[in-house]
Amino acid sequence: MSTLAIDIRLSRGDFSLRFDAELPLEGITAVFGPSGTGKTTLLRVVAGLEKGAVGRVALGGEPWQDTDRRVMVPAHARRLGYVFQEGRLFPHLSVEGNLHFAAERARRRDRSGHAGQGGRGGRARKVGARAASASDDAMSSVVRALDLKDLLGRKPDTLSGGEIQRVAMGRALLTAPRVMLLDEPLSALDVRRKAEIIPYVERLAGDFGVPVLYVTHNVDEVTRLASSMVLLAEGRLAAIGGVAEILERVELWPITGRLEAGSVLEAIAAETRDGITSLDVEGETMRVPALGVGAGTPVHLRVQARDVAISIERPERLSIRNVMPASLVSIEFTEPPFVELLLDVHGQHLRSRITREAVEDLGLREGQAVFALIKSVAFEGRLLN
Amino acid sequence: MIELGPVWLSLQLAAVTVVVLLILGTPLAWWLAFTRSRFKPGIEALVALPLVLPPTVLGFYLLILLGPAGPIGRFWVQLTDTALTFSFQGLVVASVIYSFPFAVQPLQNAFENVGRGPLEAAATLGAKPLDCFFRVAVPLATRGIVTAIVLGFAHTLGEFGVVLMVGGNIPGETRVVSIAIYEHVETLSYTQAHVLSAGLLVFSFVVLLGVYAYNRRLPINRV
Repeated sequence: MSTLAIDIRLSRGDFSLRFDAELPLEGITAVFGPSGTGKTTLLRVVAGLEKGAVGRVALGGEPWQDTDRRVMVPAHARRLGYVFQEGRLFPHLSVEGNLHFAAERARRRDRSGHAGQGGRGGRARKVGARAASASDDAMSSVVRALDLKDLLGRKPDTLSGGEIQRVAMGRALLTAPRVMLLDEPLSALDVRRKAEIIPYVERLAGDFGVPVLYVTHNVDEVTRLASSMVLLAEGRLAAIGGVAEILERVELWPITGRLEAGSVLEAIAAETRDGITSLDVEGETMRVPALGVGAGTPVHLRVQARDVAISIERPERLSIRNVMPASLVSIEFTEPPFVELLLDVHGQHLRSRITREAVEDLGLREGQAVFALIKSVAFEGRLLN
Repeated sequence: MIELGPVWLSLQLAAVTVVVLLILGTPLAWWLAFTRSRFKPGIEALVALPLVLPPTVLGFYLLILLGPAGPIGRFWVQLTDTALTFSFQGLVVASVIYSFPFAVQPLQNAFENVGRGPLEAAATLGAKPLDCFFRVAVPLATRGIVTAIVLGFAHTLGEFGVVLMVGGNIPGETRVVSIAIYEHVETLSYTQAHVLSAGLLVFSFVVLLGVYAYNRRLPINRV
């Protein structure tokens, strides 16, 4: 697995970005943090769109920027796909024209690359013809994967927000990028449209195998899409690592968001019936509102700490559908009157937020066996997988 | 009977001027649209000067600069053995300077309206700078470019004071329509003055009408 190494400084007015980390280039990596912390700026630095950035950026050992050695590969030569927050389709071209704009330049780049090595004109032409048919293939597979066929003849100003982002993703894919940079592509969409677009985002990394850096300030998108994440706060790297691990860390909650605090369960979807999907979590069954995924699909489930209640006996005759045996790993006294409990469910972590009074009444202590109670409706209307 | 000499000369002058305006004005307008330089206001003011100065002031300084004793004029004499003042070439130089704001300002506005967004998008899609310019910026700025061409052309056709100061009234060389009309009025040949004036009036109206109709039809206003 190659990596994207970034060691960069940039200041602009009273904002400064200082970032030094090596990001994994595999699957979807979320760049997460509150608004105004430099997530978009970081993405623009990687793309070569921030002229004021000083330092080094290298993709898999290939330098894109190295200020000390006066290396600055221009954006057009970096082979990356950038999906802007507002799509930025070219309004004077149809959807098809927008896609061709990218495909044509990718073809030209490949052809000149080959011609440079091949030398003679005839060979270059043949290679060019091959590149052309390869790019036709790329075009049709992108059109198919993103369901763009019906949009091809339309002008961008007739598209909905979701359609614009689909076209923008397709257009970026057609540059045959080595990495895709997505800047809050869902932020302008409502919850329903978001859910429609998300599978397409997953296909970028899945079907096309292009690593994705995904900027967002929405934690649901992080847990739904990403396997690893970068946490930014006030222009600085706060944490980098696995999504579940970072979202669980109490000391990061001020950044990940107090109310957003929770944990991520890994589960396997089972059958869906009567609007309820059953999930398998380490042999325990959870029931949540229908997810629209087939049986056997691995899913991430974000569970907010405030949605988890505790019982010391297995409760009977209860409306709560999800009851899982757990052991109490630790009790963290945060701000009164609450405490945070860290639970272990067959090796997976779960967080619960209850009152200090409840802890005393139940006589909870670390190491104790308890039952975690999660209401199914806690997941309703939220983005999850 | 229409005298075609001055008409033809005016059209030639306007056409050459527009070409020079586009060649010089486009890079400057581009720079003004995207620069964050502290020199920008100064340059903008300089470009706009012809809008407010009386043509005689401009013509006076141009006469001095372009005259055989002036810095530019002397250089021109050395180069070509002819004087720049009272020549067609001198008129082109004067017209370009006089019409500069009429071309640069619409271009600058158009490029500003295009903005960095589409250009950055084009760059990330593998388009080099000139490619970005011709395939993205130009199509999106069409309205401004057409406006610049038409205003530059029409304004050159209509100029009088600067031409009089720098070019004089030499048939076939500097005797453009506006000068010819002036002379006809001075010599009380009202019929000929009428023909040329009405011609210029109708021509200008038709051109402007065409531009406004075109702009209305054009789907792209801005990004």
